[in-house]
Amino acid sequence: MADLSVSRRQFLAATGAAAAGVYAPALAQAAPRVVVIGGGFGGATAARAIKQSSPRVSVSLVERERTFTACPFSNLVIGGLRALSAQQFGYDKVSGAGVDVIFAAATGVNRETRRVELEGGASLPYDRLIVAPGIDIRWDGLTGYNEAAATKLPHAWKAGEQTLLLRRQLEALEDGGVVVMSVPANPFRCPPGPYERASLIARYLKTQKPKSKILILDAKDTFSKQRLFQEAWKELYPDHLEWVALSKGGRVTAVDAETKTFTTEFGEHKAAVGNVIPPQRAGRAAELAGAVDQTGWCAIDPVTFESKLSPLVHVVGDATIAGGMPKSAFSANAQAKVCAGAVVELLEGRTPKPPKLINTCYSLVAPDYGISVAGVYEPVNGVLTDVPGAGGVSPAPAQRSERSQEALYAEAWFNTITAEIFG
Amino acid sequence: MHRFWFFAAAALLLGSTAPGRAESPVGASSCSGCHALNPALSTPIPRLVGRSAAELGAAMQAFKSGQRPSTVMGRIAKGFTDPEIEAIAQWYAAPK
Repeated sequence: MADLSVSRRQFLAATGAAAAGVYAPALAQAAPRVVVIGGGFGGATAARAIKQSSPRVSVSLVERERTFTACPFSNLVIGGLRALSAQQFGYDKVSGAGVDVIFAAATGVNRETRRVELEGGASLPYDRLIVAPGIDIRWDGLTGYNEAAATKLPHAWKAGEQTLLLRRQLEALEDGGVVVMSVPANPFRCPPGPYERASLIARYLKTQKPKSKILILDAKDTFSKQRLFQEAWKELYPDHLEWVALSKGGRVTAVDAETKTFTTEFGEHKAAVGNVIPPQRAGRAAELAGAVDQTGWCAIDPVTFESKLSPLVHVVGDATIAGGMPKSAFSANAQAKVCAGAVVELLEGRTPKPPKLINTCYSLVAPDYGISVAGVYEPVNGVLTDVPGAGGVSPAPAQRSERSQEALYAEAWFNTITAEIFG
Repeated sequence: MHRFWFFAAAALLLGSTAPGRAESPVGASSCSGCHALNPALSTPIPRLVGRSAAELGAAMQAFKSGQRPSTVMGRIAKGFTDPEIEAIAQWYAAPK
């Protein structure tokens, strides 16, 4: 031990600190245990970030699927511009980073014994639990829309087979048929997503089915990046895309999957292809963890992302009520890194400091036409709030070169963030 | 006594290595969503690691003032104070 480059002064400081209890958790107890439920942009980020920040913490990631299918860029798959396989990632590198990845469904959370129960009867103890369950579809949220109806009128709001189903329906569409999309009221996953999807479907129709068009029936009068989308639509898809706002009768009150009929307060629309983006809520694991409030979402502390309802349970990503932050993959990743840092601080007996977080969401109106919305957020009175003077949407008017630059950055973002999480 | 020394050294090591990312300055952890940390990744978005704090700080200040044109960085830089920009620049410039 004489070789250790530890001076007597440092040694005395360390033992003094140990006596004062500063290092007591590290010495007196087994490694702290964190369980993460959900292996998407939020959960997989959190699991890796904790392991990287504090390798001695035991981190388990519970995820049902062996392959993750990313939603961002899946609208390109629907538009016929990308293979679904480009959206898919495995967990080998997550395991390789020291995370114990467990492919199973969580069936319960016992908050008294602090254990996550898994299908088959096993359970995992935790000191802190992070749930990143994404969204669930509210199958009771729209008259006529249920899991059976989704096989005729896909939502494609969870990427995978639903994405391919909508793509196949568009490919089978006869030229002249109308594509109808319904968009819910806020909040929902990926606020600009419906309008990006409609743009890329319109592009497909314009180039392959020029007598067809897409009709967007919207439960809102305003939407994310609205002016940018509408200017681009006027320029690119004047004959192939129509948006119907809430005040013009856009709100869909019922659907009929057999006849592909969308009913609004103003009348009925028959679709050749129908895409229902349904109302949503926090994913089920958040419910199991006791973190969902009467809104269907999870209120969190903006410094630690600890649930306001369920102590020792943290929530990140789409399931949260995150103030000004949208439900986006970028937000989930940013929140997960802040949450991971806070969880490590709490496990080590320190107090996490208030964070700042960034979000940037790109949308493609065409493969070479990107627009973005960005924001910087900080806790103000317990709520993640836009930092005044920062953020906003891409400038308009702009050169097409700026739009193509943003399209390039959109893809670069996807490659970088998925490499950080799964690479 | 050996055991005692061992624990003292372990405590020091944990104290010096454990914080890692947890001690990154406010805002810094969000950047890697776009700016790749992995040097093997090919990307048109400029890297932050491997640059000096002076270069990173000057770039952020130029984005913030609008002096340097950008697609999105101007909108993001305006959300950070001068000391925050300095801290982020120092952190990315430091060897990881």
